[in-house]
Amino acid sequence: MGAALLSLRDLRVSFNTPNGVVQAVRGVDLDVAPGEMLGIVGESGSGKSVTFLGLMGLLPSSAKISGSAKVDGVELVGAPNRVMRAIRGQKIAMIFQDPLSALNPVYRVGDQIVEMIQAHQDLDDKAAAVKAVELLDLVGISQPKDRARQYPHEFSGGMRQRVMIAMAIANDPDVLIADEPTTALDVTVQAQILEVIQRIQKEMHKAIVMITHDLGVIARVADRVQVMYAGRIVERASVDNLFAAPTHPYTIGLLHSLPRVGQERLLPIPGRPPNMLRPPEGCAFRARCEHAVPKCAVGLPELRRIGPSETACIRADELSLGVTA
Amino acid sequence: MTDSTDSLAAADAADIDALEALNVSILTPKQLAWRRYWHHKGAAVSTIIMMVLLVIVLAAPWTARYGINAQVAPPPDNVFMEPQKIAWFGTDAIGLDIYSRLIWGVRTSLFIGVASAMLSVVIGTAVGAVAGLRGGKFDDLMMRVTDLFLAFPFLVAVIILREFLGNVGWITAVIGEKTSIKFIIFLFAFFGWMGVSRLVRGQVLALKEREFIEAARAVGASNTRIVISHLLPNAIGPILVALTISVIGAIVGESTLSFFALGPQPGSNSTSLGKLIELSREGARQGNWWLVAFPCGALVLLAICINFIGDGLRDAADSKLDTGV
Amino acid sequence: MLRFIVRRLLWVVPTIVVVTFMVYCAVRIGWNPVASYERANPRASKAKLQQYRDVNGLYDGLGGYVKGYFQWLGNFVQGPDHWPRSIKGRASVWPPLRYSIFNTLRLAGISAVLGIGIGLTVGTLAARKPGGWFDSIANTTAFFIGAIPPFVSGVVLQLIFAVQLGWLPFAGVYPPGQQGFDLGLMAKHLILPVTVVAMQTISSYSRYMRASLLDVKSSDYVRTARAKGLSESTILFKHGVRNALIPVVTLLGIDIGGLLGGLIITENIFNYPGMGKYFIDAQTKGDFPLLMPYLVIIVISVLLFNLIADVSYAYLDPRIRLD
Repeated sequence: MGAALLSLRDLRVSFNTPNGVVQAVRGVDLDVAPGEMLGIVGESGSGKSVTFLGLMGLLPSSAKISGSAKVDGVELVGAPNRVMRAIRGQKIAMIFQDPLSALNPVYRVGDQIVEMIQAHQDLDDKAAAVKAVELLDLVGISQPKDRARQYPHEFSGGMRQRVMIAMAIANDPDVLIADEPTTALDVTVQAQILEVIQRIQKEMHKAIVMITHDLGVIARVADRVQVMYAGRIVERASVDNLFAAPTHPYTIGLLHSLPRVGQERLLPIPGRPPNMLRPPEGCAFRARCEHAVPKCAVGLPELRRIGPSETACIRADELSLGVTA
Repeated sequence: MTDSTDSLAAADAADIDALEALNVSILTPKQLAWRRYWHHKGAAVSTIIMMVLLVIVLAAPWTARYGINAQVAPPPDNVFMEPQKIAWFGTDAIGLDIYSRLIWGVRTSLFIGVASAMLSVVIGTAVGAVAGLRGGKFDDLMMRVTDLFLAFPFLVAVIILREFLGNVGWITAVIGEKTSIKFIIFLFAFFGWMGVSRLVRGQVLALKEREFIEAARAVGASNTRIVISHLLPNAIGPILVALTISVIGAIVGESTLSFFALGPQPGSNSTSLGKLIELSREGARQGNWWLVAFPCGALVLLAICINFIGDGLRDAADSKLDTGV
Repeated sequence: MLRFIVRRLLWVVPTIVVVTFMVYCAVRIGWNPVASYERANPRASKAKLQQYRDVNGLYDGLGGYVKGYFQWLGNFVQGPDHWPRSIKGRASVWPPLRYSIFNTLRLAGISAVLGIGIGLTVGTLAARKPGGWFDSIANTTAFFIGAIPPFVSGVVLQLIFAVQLGWLPFAGVYPPGQQGFDLGLMAKHLILPVTVVAMQTISSYSRYMRASLLDVKSSDYVRTARAKGLSESTILFKHGVRNALIPVVTLLGIDIGGLLGGLIITENIFNYPGMGKYFIDAQTKGDFPLLMPYLVIIVISVLLFNLIADVSYAYLDPRIRLD
């Protein structure tokens, strides 16, 4: 792994709500290397989206962010608006979950891409429009010239997501953050969109952060995986190791809840994610963990190396998690 | 970080589930609604003011200092007296005490408002529920008629209807002569029911598709039964809001008509807020400020309080507010 | 789009006929034009009265109403020269009506432009920082102003600025005896009535714009716009205000009824010779030939504004298809 393009250190995000402070992200460290596809997996509420929306400055003003997030050495946390604007769309671009609501319904698709181009490149309308059409072509939209003149509602879900991808790569950003890009789509379309994203990663050598709750997506496209639970990373592994030898009981629970050939029934993880207004002491997962012991309630478990992976379970060795499984 | 948006986006970004899970509460929906109501400061203050007003007005024989037609001093020095000890709010052209007459007038106007609003709600709920449940021609007709009336300038429609209803013998036999208070109550109920019925119809249409209504239908409950035992309890919030808004609508309406000398002529033994507002027109011309300030002030106070109460009820009916995000 | 407009216009015509027929019946029953003619002209001969009935088509019975309506309609569409004359002094209807229309257009136009302009601006500024000081002040003020009926604000303004302070004229368009056109004087007379109408408009439009813009600001596409690295003003105007205006525009079309209603009150307080004053005067006298053209113009403008609202809605929102 070379120098990290995007690196987070102890990133924290909390929300002020009338009921109190919700600690959505509680200290995340991670690095994204050039050209890699990093998978972030976790249940809804685990803080996986909030982490990245937070570093992009896209959260509402009730969000408080601390720690560090650097892209190419530039600090984003607390950066002035001028710096953030130069980062957004140019260094880091985002692909959102629901492409219908993420595109402005009243502007033509082509114009929305042109807007993205002109926000960061000194191109006149004509040149930017030509570029927009090229981008649409690149993400596999046929008759891109005509399609550019249409409105988002005239596109199908998969086509809209292609538009979002075209827009995201318009300024040749270093990092693409894909926030559940396939969740809102049909299964067959999901595969096509993942293919497009993968092609971009390979051909354009882009670093991509793939945020998803779907381990299937992770298995398909990711190189490395970070598993998030209750606002923290609980396991970090290569995609092969994650599936072959998971080291955290939560990861194991996630894997068991996946449908598999020959398996009689799915085993969902019992219980619910913890209340992030008052996150529990110690390991946040212990209330739902069959291996929990009193020791788990003491101190926040840090990530530590076990075999080829890193895990936040203090009992990973004695349970020989990650060795057998 | 950014100066953006409000709580809805926060919910979206912070993964709604996690936040919803926080709202562990042992309060019943009624208690929650009660709490939400009193949480609205304007509504809370307005409720207290209205209670005090109500007591004063109901106890008019004791709280009013003078009888409705009693002169505060012997003529001719009793006309247009500025506010002073023997006439707190001053006197009018024939030496009557404005303070006392205001109490009597507000008493009449509140009666007009409440009676007319209740009539509106009863008629509107019945028509709206039938239209929503039955659909078809009746529904079409109702929507057409109410569309027409709601698009028409209110005052023009009221005046036309006032003349029309007041000139048809068999109608006035039922609802009274056009200068009677009873007539005014019916006149504003005639307008009030339309808004209510559209609202109830909308609620019914929305609720009709919900599971518990289908379940009730499946076990063979009749339409009337469904309306009374299922739909109405669910629509009670918006209906209460409509009720409060209709109260002030009728009070302001009565004053407006009185302003054009088209209001009720309750006779010499009664007065209304509208009759006193009539005075303020001449009062302004002659510079008798107390004839403007007190009647107009009373009307605006009522309008503000009732609007606040309506606002509070809207909050109380909106259970979404409790997620606190 | 054009096809839609033509189709809607074709649909408007029968609607106008049906609605005006209902209005016609209501006016004939409500004001009893024959009786009010006799009241206005107590010494009119039988022949005169009969002539009045014939000219206005005031026949009795259900058939008589239908026949009378179409006679009236026939006269109406042939133009003002064919309209029956006022019950008082047989004056033509059109000159005073035209005069009042122009006066109302002036008052309504200025108030609407000011009121909507200020309202939308205030709403936009308030929504920039919801909960901030500007928002709190604007919202509270709009709430209180919205609770003040126009006749209250009218007399209070008269009392303060015309009577007590003497800064502005009490009522009218010109001082008594003024001959000819004088822009300055006219403007001075317009300040108070415009304020009364604009207050209502500002109150409702600022709140509506605020709510609409807050809705838009929490939308995903505004987040996308922000993620593009656009400037705050581009985000606010190009993605925020532009989209937030869509529901506000529909309100504009529907609101015409409210505006016309508010004008009736304002014009009468300020003795302003507009349509609202025309209507109240005509209705007090039960002047049938004066009332009907006014009401028809009201019906037509309400329907027309609804059509305009629909068309502009479709123009602003490409998702709406008209054909």
